Amino acid sequence: MKVSLFITCLADQLYPEVGESVVRLLHDYGCEVDFPELQTCCGQPAFNSGYQDEAREVARNLIRAFEHSDYVVSPSGSCTGMVHHYYPYLFENEPEWKSKAEALIDKMYEFSQFIVRVLGVTDVGAAFPHKVTYHPSCHASRLLGVTEEPAELLGAVKGMEFVELPRKQDCCGFGGTFAVKMADMSEAMVCEKAACVCETGAEVLVGTDMGCLMNIGGRLNKEGRPVKVMHLAQLLEEGRRA
Amino acid sequence: MAEGAVAGAAHDPAAAAIGSGLKKRTKEALANDFLRKAVAFTTDKLRSGKLNATDEFGDWEAWRERGRAIRQHTVSHLDYYLGQFADNVAANGGSVYFCEGADDAVRVFMEIARRKQAKLVAKGKSMVSEEIHLNHHLEEDGIEAIETDLGEYILQLAKETPSHLIIPAIHKNKRQIADLFEEDAGRPFEPDTKTLAAYAKQKLRNYFLEADIGLTGCNFGVAESGSITLVSNEGNGRMVSTLPKTHVVVMGMERLVPTFEDLEVVLNLLARSATGQKLTTYTSIVTGPRREGDLDGPEELHVIILDNGRSAQLGDPIFQDVLNCIRCAACLNVCPVYRQVGGHTYGSVYSGPIGAVLTPLLQQDMKEAGTLAYASSLCGACYEACPVKIPLHDMLVQLRHRKVKMKLTALPERVAFKMYQTMFGNVTLYKLATKSAYYLQKPLVRNGFIKAGPPPLSGWTQSRFMPMLPKQSFRDKWAKLQAELAAKKPAASGGADEAKGGGAK
Repeated sequence: MKVSLFITCLADQLYPEVGESVVRLLHDYGCEVDFPELQTCCGQPAFNSGYQDEAREVARNLIRAFEHSDYVVSPSGSCTGMVHHYYPYLFENEPEWKSKAEALIDKMYEFSQFIVRVLGVTDVGAAFPHKVTYHPSCHASRLLGVTEEPAELLGAVKGMEFVELPRKQDCCGFGGTFAVKMADMSEAMVCEKAACVCETGAEVLVGTDMGCLMNIGGRLNKEGRPVKVMHLAQLLEEGRRA
Repeated sequence: MAEGAVAGAAHDPAAAAIGSGLKKRTKEALANDFLRKAVAFTTDKLRSGKLNATDEFGDWEAWRERGRAIRQHTVSHLDYYLGQFADNVAANGGSVYFCEGADDAVRVFMEIARRKQAKLVAKGKSMVSEEIHLNHHLEEDGIEAIETDLGEYILQLAKETPSHLIIPAIHKNKRQIADLFEEDAGRPFEPDTKTLAAYAKQKLRNYFLEADIGLTGCNFGVAESGSITLVSNEGNGRMVSTLPKTHVVVMGMERLVPTFEDLEVVLNLLARSATGQKLTTYTSIVTGPRREGDLDGPEELHVIILDNGRSAQLGDPIFQDVLNCIRCAACLNVCPVYRQVGGHTYGSVYSGPIGAVLTPLLQQDMKEAGTLAYASSLCGACYEACPVKIPLHDMLVQLRHRKVKMKLTALPERVAFKMYQTMFGNVTLYKLATKSAYYLQKPLVRNGFIKAGPPPLSGWTQSRFMPMLPKQSFRDKWAKLQAELAAKKPAASGGADEAKGGGAK
């Protein structure tokens, strides 16, 4: 099975190790992985700030990048959600681009969604002897409907002590430019989220979106908390090597 | 006021600059521990109550869809149902007034008040009368208006406006309320719910009997009968609508349902979404003024139907559905922004996610009120909670787009997103820009983090560390990674060849 990676701009620039984990895991399951060089970003930063024309141009670039792919897998529920939820609207007045967008949607999956729903794997044979909690990202769960998949994958990890995150359904306060534009509101939200993470006593916070994890992790770092922040793909891949 | 009481939370929405004051009000709210604790405590209770009630209800999603369909149908055929409703109110012996703006509605009400030589108006809870700032006008004319909803009564004593759609005094704790009652009664009060409620009850009872006019809102008008539906948990709604000789209803033009069958659906959705109740304690359905032989009821019934920016949404492909709102406040109760800052921060009558969408639309003011669209992280909790499925998260993004189209965003931001389009629309430029960023960040990095940055990065670093850009991006590492994989055979059992349901979604 040929799988193209959509690494997302944030993971490409700040968290290359997340992409590496995704690649190693997919390769282990026999996927022939490629990385279309043309890709940059899904356009979400501009779209969510109201700059739809600017977002549309960046979206075209992404569509072009994956035109010849069979499957597209991304380690971000938010960016995958952007494509699934907003691309048809962005191109509603351009039938040709709209059908290209729909073709991309049909083959594009968030990482855990792909592992569970396409590969049909819930137990990747990982062991991770640590106390772990999980933050469900808003866009992964609400825009994309990815709720069960991460839970199933985590549930099969051996030796792991899983603690439910209190108030897990509340947004961490990232929201892209919201974190900068409405810095005070965002701060109040991330402080509460970080406090909830600490309350669990977990050593590791795991998630499916580096945006949220950068936000929560950044707060935990500033507070000097010893909680490690990991993408689900990192945890699973590290757990397989253990 | 005793220690712990909040001073200065009062504001006049008409005078406040909604957008430019947003950050200042946010800071004030965040510094107010009492407000934050009270809001978090009560919204948590309402939220879990709602979840229990909807679970118990059974197929909540099917009810939600039914609610959405009823509201969408009604709003799409609003001209027809408004006509039917008005005809039926008139046939029942009531009077109907269609008012385009707040001024018209105030004028109509004042004319009725003058004709009745009213000195005292007893009010049931009505957001629309807040919307048109009716109390302010009554006061100017020397007419006393008493709020009879307990929460509203507390706010009237505190000289504040509501900070929640259904729990107007959500931001106050018992001690603060006891302080207000102490001031009013001139004697000490224990901060105990029963004692406080008993005092308000005893005070308000006389007002019901003495009032010349009873003023209420309208949760739903039923078009097929011309009835007004009022829901409350305190019973004040039916006191106000039956005891005074004149009953005046002020309602938004969209607050209709076609039939009683539809009313059943929306009342179920409203009570469960708002408070987690199956139905509210009192549901009053008023069909016309007192008829011959009736034991009680007003001699006159006047219904003021307010447009005030609503009809401008009709036919709008993106925003019409905002008129489907049934004012249950479920979106406020789940909103993580509302939770932190409370209702007054929004600077308008309607707060929370629905307020952030509704206020700029009703006021047709993208410049000031439109700024509320940024008071959201776009997490989508509001849409998930909405019993009639209004896509508030999408509407917030569309309001921002409207602001951009009207060139109401700051020039540096417009330039930045043009640059974003250029750099992220072309991979060569993207690589160049990100490489430069790696070197540009260097003076800011301490121990692998950016801990303090210049604006706009400072917005981030005030509360969080920023990871530094590593020397090699994923794409820089790709070639090496490919070589690593080529040397290694796939290890996992199962694997892609045995994949189940490939491509199936």
